[in-house]
Amino acid sequence: MSVAATIPDPGGVSAPEAVRPVLALRNVQRSFGPIQILFDITMELHPGEVHALIGENGAGKTTAMKIMTGYLEASAGTVELDGQPVEFKHSREAEKQGVTLIHQEFNLAQLLSVEQNIFLGHEIKRGWRLDHAAMRAQTRDLLGRLEMPLDPRAQVSGISVPEKQMVEIAKALSRNARVLIMDEPTAALTNRETEVLFGQIERLKAQGTAILYTSHKLDEVARIADRITVMRDGHIVRTALRGELDEDQMATAMVGRELTDMFPAKKVSDGADPVLEVENVTVGKYARDVSFTLGRGEILGFAGLVGSGRTELMEGLIGVRAAEGTVRINGKPAHIHSVEAAMNAGLVYLPEDRKEHGLILTQDMRRNLTLLALKKFSRFVVDRKAEEAALNASIKEFDIRAPERSVLVGNLSGGNQQKLLLAKIMLAEPQIVIIDEPTRGIDVGTKQQFYTFIHRLAEAGHSVIVISSEMTEVIGLCARVVVMRRGKVAGEVSGEDVNEDAIVRLAMGLNMKGNGNG
Amino acid sequence: MADTSANTPAKTGLKFNVQALGPILALVVLVVIGTILNPDFLAAQNITNVLSRSSFIGIMAVGMTFVITAGGLDLSVGSMTAFIAGVMIMIMNALIPGLGTSWTVILIGMGAGLVVGALLGAANGFLITRLSIEAFIVTLGSMVIFRSLVTWLADGGTLSLNFALGGLYEPVYYGGLFGIRWPIIVFAIVAILGEITMRHTTFGRHCSAIGSNRRVAEYSAVHVNRVRMMTYVLLGVLVGIASVLYVPRLGSASNTTGLLWELETIASVIIGGTLLSGGFGRVWGTVVGVLILGLIDNILNLTDLVSPYLNGAIQGVIIILAVVLQRARKSSR
Repeated sequence: MSVAATIPDPGGVSAPEAVRPVLALRNVQRSFGPIQILFDITMELHPGEVHALIGENGAGKTTAMKIMTGYLEASAGTVELDGQPVEFKHSREAEKQGVTLIHQEFNLAQLLSVEQNIFLGHEIKRGWRLDHAAMRAQTRDLLGRLEMPLDPRAQVSGISVPEKQMVEIAKALSRNARVLIMDEPTAALTNRETEVLFGQIERLKAQGTAILYTSHKLDEVARIADRITVMRDGHIVRTALRGELDEDQMATAMVGRELTDMFPAKKVSDGADPVLEVENVTVGKYARDVSFTLGRGEILGFAGLVGSGRTELMEGLIGVRAAEGTVRINGKPAHIHSVEAAMNAGLVYLPEDRKEHGLILTQDMRRNLTLLALKKFSRFVVDRKAEEAALNASIKEFDIRAPERSVLVGNLSGGNQQKLLLAKIMLAEPQIVIIDEPTRGIDVGTKQQFYTFIHRLAEAGHSVIVISSEMTEVIGLCARVVVMRRGKVAGEVSGEDVNEDAIVRLAMGLNMKGNGNG
Repeated sequence: MADTSANTPAKTGLKFNVQALGPILALVVLVVIGTILNPDFLAAQNITNVLSRSSFIGIMAVGMTFVITAGGLDLSVGSMTAFIAGVMIMIMNALIPGLGTSWTVILIGMGAGLVVGALLGAANGFLITRLSIEAFIVTLGSMVIFRSLVTWLADGGTLSLNFALGGLYEPVYYGGLFGIRWPIIVFAIVAILGEITMRHTTFGRHCSAIGSNRRVAEYSAVHVNRVRMMTYVLLGVLVGIASVLYVPRLGSASNTTGLLWELETIASVIIGGTLLSGGFGRVWGTVVGVLILGLIDNILNLTDLVSPYLNGAIQGVIIILAVVLQRARKSSR
């Protein structure tokens, strides 16, 4: 398959309409089995243009991007490159044609160096030998362009998450991509690093690269996107040019309804009856001197940027990480050094990464469900009948939909996995439930269901902590929110103050005055 | 998105069963071949010989099933047997002047065998779990160490049990109940308890959880290191039991005792369908694996169709074949 050489003249293509799209999806559909994920998607990427694709988790953005880059095939419809239909058999083929995807999860070989990663599969050779000098020089140059003072020989396992993100970007730059697809590139970046990235995006734009960009940070989208496509539940619901949508309109288009519909009425807790009191708890270098209280039947939110230490703090509380400080449960000091001790003290945790920390994907639902509370089902041997009964009850209570009982958990949808995980931790009959990212990667309908579950738990007298990076979730669920920043509690908001502006200001370390738009 | 591969389960049901029963089919085929080639194959005497010789490997392999299911490995069991046997013999010989040729001496020797086994297993487990060294490295090291120690204890030769005491101890291998020899009885008991433990207790459940995903196990209140440690101690005790049954057979130990038993043990576990990468183990499969390897050896010895010197080659082919079948099952998931 050869590509017509339509390299646009470098430098300032400012009228996107006039140029033929370099990559386009035409009426693309995609189903997984009986479930249709994408409906009739048509979108175009133009040279020298940043096209933002926004939508909620589960809206189909990642699937669309994977189809563009050959990771997935379209069930119907075509992918066009330079106006010609193409079928990328796999991602390498797309890459060869100049279409590169930068993954949300990094695809770096941990034990190789930065330079080896950047040239992996595209090594520069002199004769039959590797040309280390040339690769190192190019790596230095690429990292210099990204203002990244990183040693090309550094092992990837030893560098930070933002640095890894930059290495991914450097890798894409080294391939001279004509089409660069970025899946939430700034999620792990600081403001300064984001600025550097935007500078690079401007430079690539000027060179005529077409860029597809996804982000949940709508202010970023408003700033850099020339064209915006909004997806919801697998459909394109809105396409707009720069300036036609403000952030509020984007959010409304993404969600498609008023947010109040998503959440049950908030339950106000006076917090007068503290169940969990945390005083000056320090967890390694992740969280320092954190104090907060949780009331009976309360849903307490934990907000903050990724990397602000929320997850590590909770892992300290449940004994997965070493923690110092004072923890009291029902007024009595609790010394928790293992998950079992936490469970016995009435404290359980739903991990943010359900596939790596939550569930065993290669085992069935029954074994997963009872693993945490297995002692309850076991005297000398495990009571299989009681397990089956518990599974029946959980399937009913949490509306878990599985094709059959013996299905391996890895074959369940993300939403059903998450329901099973919630059922698993609730089987331990906890007093305090910590839920980390309750709805990551699950669809809107299941999300709403999950919010109802969380409310029901609180109604039943459980005290719940919800950690979430989705602002709407924290705001919709919680009457009180603790905001963390760089391992410390930056502040606490409650009642009327639980709004995006106040939370973002605390999370970003801005002062509280001024009611400007966050 | 994350909710993608929701709908390709289920159809593996029947196929899975055929593969699950693969080892049993292989065993049946072997019995049929054996019977055709030599009518004496099914004679009680021959079966007794095969089973009692297999029981050492079998007892250890049950323990190895737990170690491997929990994501570990132990290469040291063969030389551990030699070392324990050597220590037992030395202790018993040393006690004869004081306690005479008596069952007291033998019982003390047996107790020492179990205790030493537990300690050596604990040592392996400690290095693997507390110091986080790869099981392969630790047990490769201890394998060489145990072998060297027994050579040193025997001064390069053979440690022999006092002849009279050996005569007293002999029935523990050659004697039995209702015509079934003790090693076979012990193997059967160990296998049955092992199967129950693996399938129906929290310990078994925890082993497979750890082998599947150690992090998930940790977040699910499993004491990961404690359980892994216990698998090595359990295996050590079972190696001790195997040694207790082995010493009366020859009444001696040397640096060739238990040579390559670790490989035969691990091979039995894998042939039985336990995943080498951990997460899934079945004790009954291991028992079948032990019998398959034992029968191949026996059939080659009984017939002159293939040179018995090719025994190893045939066992090797079977081991590789078993793993290929496992791979087929994995990808069908």
